[in-house]
Amino acid sequence: MTAASAPPMIRVAGVDKFFGPLHVLKNVQLEVPKGQVVVVLGPSGSGKSTLCRTINRLEPIDSGVIEVDGQPLPAEGKELARLRADVGMVFQSFNLFAHKTIVENVMLAPVKVRKTPAADARKTAMELLERVGIANQADKFPAQLSGGQQQRAAIARALAMKPKVMLFDEPTSALDPEMVQEVLDVMTGLAKDGMTMLVVTHEMGFARKAADRVIFMSDGEVVEDSTPEEFFSAPKSNRAKDFLGKILTH
Amino acid sequence: MNVLTKNFSFFLDAFGQTLQLFAISAVLSLVLGTLLAALRVSPVPVFRGIGTAYVTILRNTPLTLVFVFFVFAYPLLEILKIDEYTAAVVALSLYTAAFVCEVVRSGINTVPVGQAEASRALGLTFTQMLGNVVLPQALRSVVPPMTSTMIALLKNTTVASGFAVFQAGNIREQLSDQGDNVLLGLLWVALGFVILVMPLTYVQQVFEKRWSVAR
Repeated sequence: MTAASAPPMIRVAGVDKFFGPLHVLKNVQLEVPKGQVVVVLGPSGSGKSTLCRTINRLEPIDSGVIEVDGQPLPAEGKELARLRADVGMVFQSFNLFAHKTIVENVMLAPVKVRKTPAADARKTAMELLERVGIANQADKFPAQLSGGQQQRAAIARALAMKPKVMLFDEPTSALDPEMVQEVLDVMTGLAKDGMTMLVVTHEMGFARKAADRVIFMSDGEVVEDSTPEEFFSAPKSNRAKDFLGKILTH
Repeated sequence: MNVLTKNFSFFLDAFGQTLQLFAISAVLSLVLGTLLAALRVSPVPVFRGIGTAYVTILRNTPLTLVFVFFVFAYPLLEILKIDEYTAAVVALSLYTAAFVCEVVRSGINTVPVGQAEASRALGLTFTQMLGNVVLPQALRSVVPPMTSTMIALLKNTTVASGFAVFQAGNIREQLSDQGDNVLLGLLWVALGFVILVMPLTYVQQVFEKRWSVAR
């Protein structure tokens, strides 16, 4: 366990968010200590993706506090860009830069944001692509890769910034079933290496295997916050029981 | 044919002036128009307001009036003296920039929002995102309308005839003064413009082909 004095990597306190009249996040409380892997589960429309996106302020919040590594999120601008550089994010739809090759995708932010010399950035990029198993695709364009390969490239791109924490917003939801595992394997590897991770997903297997904690959200509220064993074997709330009943019967 | 061969060097001179006027105004309007488009998609409301106001004013004003302003009204303000040629370049550039801005902005809107989100999530600033991710992709889809805008600019240079700036639009007067067949002369002028536009169409095809590969 980390020392009690160290701030949590992510602290979300009393966060509310509205989309028009829709109350998508209701007084959300969440702390993710350094090195922990937290999986957020919940039915669609429960606000889990929105929560994930508020942490690097892709979605601004209406009230409450969000801190990353003890620092409250600044307003839009240079300071926020600096903070985002330390927070890796992986999207459901990959969002690789369509006009750049895979290795260029991975190099872009280190070169532009960190001012790493291009040669060094390329070397690091190739190492990362090696690690996620697609070094042989480095000079192709994103559209030439399979979904699973694209998502692994997107993970490599996020890792190239040496982030303190990684956010995953349904990273396998847009993938064909046979490609889900290759992405989950990369994520499990990251978790083993001690990366702090917040993962919004529908992959129960990943939650069981790699998560230190499971957060269950429903209707914009955090309903349960427990260990995977506890959550899957003995959920406390009816909403969680209902949710698990729907997915685990198959 | 006689009209053309007899005045060939004059035709050449006039179209040369047209090309020069076009080239300078094209470069200036492309640069200014792209900057204006950046203002119009900026997260800062004041910048967006400036961009919108510019486009509203310049795009909705007849080009002749823009010329009138810079040739006749602007000198009365006694800020910085400019000759008629410079005034023509300024009028054409400012006017065309409004159209370029809208073409670029429509291109920016074709780039999926996820591209901008991924850039922001990586810590790129707004200008870095625009310059490295969004604009390079936006420019691919704007080649055809941008070519149309540039063709319009090329033809709009003839408006300068009314403001003592010599170019192909003045050929008619000269022929008329010499008692040549004006109608025939104008047909040659029209053909001249068709020939000038052809390379632009070719450039459009080249860019469309080159940029369609990486999609």
